Amino acid sequence: MPRFTPPKIEMSAKRNYWSMVRELAITDFKLKYQGSIFGYLWSLMKPLAIFGVLYLVFSVFVRIPGSNIRHYPVYLLLGIVLWNYFAESTNNAMRSIVDKGDLIRKVYFPRIVILLSNSISALITLVLNLLIIVVFMAIAQIFPSPLEVLGFLGLIVELYLLSLGISFFLGALYVKFRDFAYIWEVALQLLFYASAIIFPLSIVPHRYLQILTLSPVTQIIQDARKLIISPASITTFDAVHSPLHFVPYLIPIVLTVVGYLYFEKAASKFAEDV
Amino acid sequence: MSEKIAISVKDVSKAFRLPHERYTSLKQNAMHLFAKRSYSDFRAVETVSFDVKQGEFFGIVGRNGCGKSTLLKMLAGIYVPSKGSIHVHGSLSPFIELGVGFNPELTARENVFLNGAILGLHRKEIESRFDEIIGFAELEEFVDQKLKNFSSGMQVRLAFSIAIQAQSEILLVDEVLAVGDSSFQKKCFDVFRRLKKEGRTIVFVTHDMANVQEFCDRVLVMNNGKQLAITGPDQASDLYQRLNAENELKEMDQLDERNRWGTNEVAIGSVEFLDGKHQPSRVLKTGQPMTVRIQLEPTTAKLPLLVGLAFYQADGTHVAGPNSDGQAITTQSQTIEFTLDRLPFVEDTYYATVALFNKSGDITYDYIDKGFSFVVSGTKRSFGNMAVFGEWRSNK
Repeated sequence: MPRFTPPKIEMSAKRNYWSMVRELAITDFKLKYQGSIFGYLWSLMKPLAIFGVLYLVFSVFVRIPGSNIRHYPVYLLLGIVLWNYFAESTNNAMRSIVDKGDLIRKVYFPRIVILLSNSISALITLVLNLLIIVVFMAIAQIFPSPLEVLGFLGLIVELYLLSLGISFFLGALYVKFRDFAYIWEVALQLLFYASAIIFPLSIVPHRYLQILTLSPVTQIIQDARKLIISPASITTFDAVHSPLHFVPYLIPIVLTVVGYLYFEKAASKFAEDV
Repeated sequence: MSEKIAISVKDVSKAFRLPHERYTSLKQNAMHLFAKRSYSDFRAVETVSFDVKQGEFFGIVGRNGCGKSTLLKMLAGIYVPSKGSIHVHGSLSPFIELGVGFNPELTARENVFLNGAILGLHRKEIESRFDEIIGFAELEEFVDQKLKNFSSGMQVRLAFSIAIQAQSEILLVDEVLAVGDSSFQKKCFDVFRRLKKEGRTIVFVTHDMANVQEFCDRVLVMNNGKQLAITGPDQASDLYQRLNAENELKEMDQLDERNRWGTNEVAIGSVEFLDGKHQPSRVLKTGQPMTVRIQLEPTTAKLPLLVGLAFYQADGTHVAGPNSDGQAITTQSQTIEFTLDRLPFVEDTYYATVALFNKSGDITYDYIDKGFSFVVSGTKRSFGNMAVFGEWRSNK
């Protein structure tokens, strides 16, 4: 790399780009289901279909031990819904910079706008999916206290930050290396099974349990299950008895901060590289 | 116009690295990790410096690929300069391309909000000016139609209408005026006149010298990424025409000299064109003096000569063919000049044929057919195939 003096561009007037974040998110959501008869309903159908298959296979056919825990259907569905958000928002974010290449090459705006609008569009889907959970909970006669709901919302914030932090890296890296499409696909497969979505953690041998529960994805899903569905769910605090159990809570914050810095550094070159 | 600076550009350069092979996967990168990367740096813009004052209409002109669009993208913040600094004082909105982010699947109404947001407008701002936007674009009847059903002219009108709503102090405009039908173009120009009157700063990239002369206060002329001059609009359009002319001549000079024949008893050495200041030049001006200077190869023969010239326009039209019949020119003359006091040729590229004959014209000593070329630039638009210099009189 030839050395160059750091370029300096100063704009004294700052624009507000929140309306761009919102418009892009709305457009994205609108276009996703355009031309389909059931429209938004499809975003509800997907987790339900996955739930149906998994429930049938693991709870009726295979009968994995522990699947007889109370409220297992809601327990399973909540895991799927949270996982779906994580998988879809990171996957879409990875491609979002390249997909919006036309915009990037022609207009200046903070590039983070694209990632934020992408994450909000995924959040809309998550909120719709959580409505099904509410229905399932009502049927199963589960009524969490306001404090538990508040704690659950805190976990959603954590999940949002985790996904955003990873999106910062994936979005920027994918511009240069298209390999990440395959790498992330495989990584998501591994994480899906490591996150104890379909099986209860009670069947996991103790030495693996510690490792699995240190993943923030596992921690978020288990904490959520414990808070609003089943107190029997095993959480990180149950499995790890050392200060290490704070690690999964810190990872999303660290990823978001470091990811943001990395993304901003890479963003100045997007217009040329994309 | 105030003396305050709106944009200050200092020693700005932009180089693009063009790898000879582009690696977009990790494997390719890993495999070539230790191999020497071959790439070439393309210097799109080289050490350009200028200031744009507040309220100024600042033009940037240059031939295609001269770096003016790259420069504009740096001003807009899309590209980061490789070297140098850019300071922008005030809010800035780019008209670099119209209708960026337009989605054909959305209606005109939805696209107005989307495109407005991309330009940094608030939803409320767009709501309050929505009727004005649609009105200016003359699309009242089509507000809820999908954009994919619009003609390209309609889309451009809509895009322009949104873009002018960005109430920025500084506007960057890249050749957007070359779009739309003539009545819409007129509306666009009216907008630019109004913006200029309101004291907005406008940076304007264009090819059209008529626009430059009408609007610009000062003009940056660029060539091959370098800054050639910053001058007034008249000098700039002169310079630009000269650049264009030189390039056209370069192309024409590739014509070979197969079209030369004659007995060669006396030969043409060189042919030059002189401008009004009697300086050799290949860019001449309508209405100014022009001289064709022919040098002969030295010879011992002493014969009377008839010199013939022929001028052709680029499309091959034979416009004039003067000869030296009746003049006492011999093969002993070293330099022969043919002078026109006021060049009657209109703006075009011209070929010249130069020929030497014997006195009666039946023996050809040397004949170079369309072997020389020059460019005529007019100061004003001229009509017809020839410029005439008459005088108008009227009784009051």
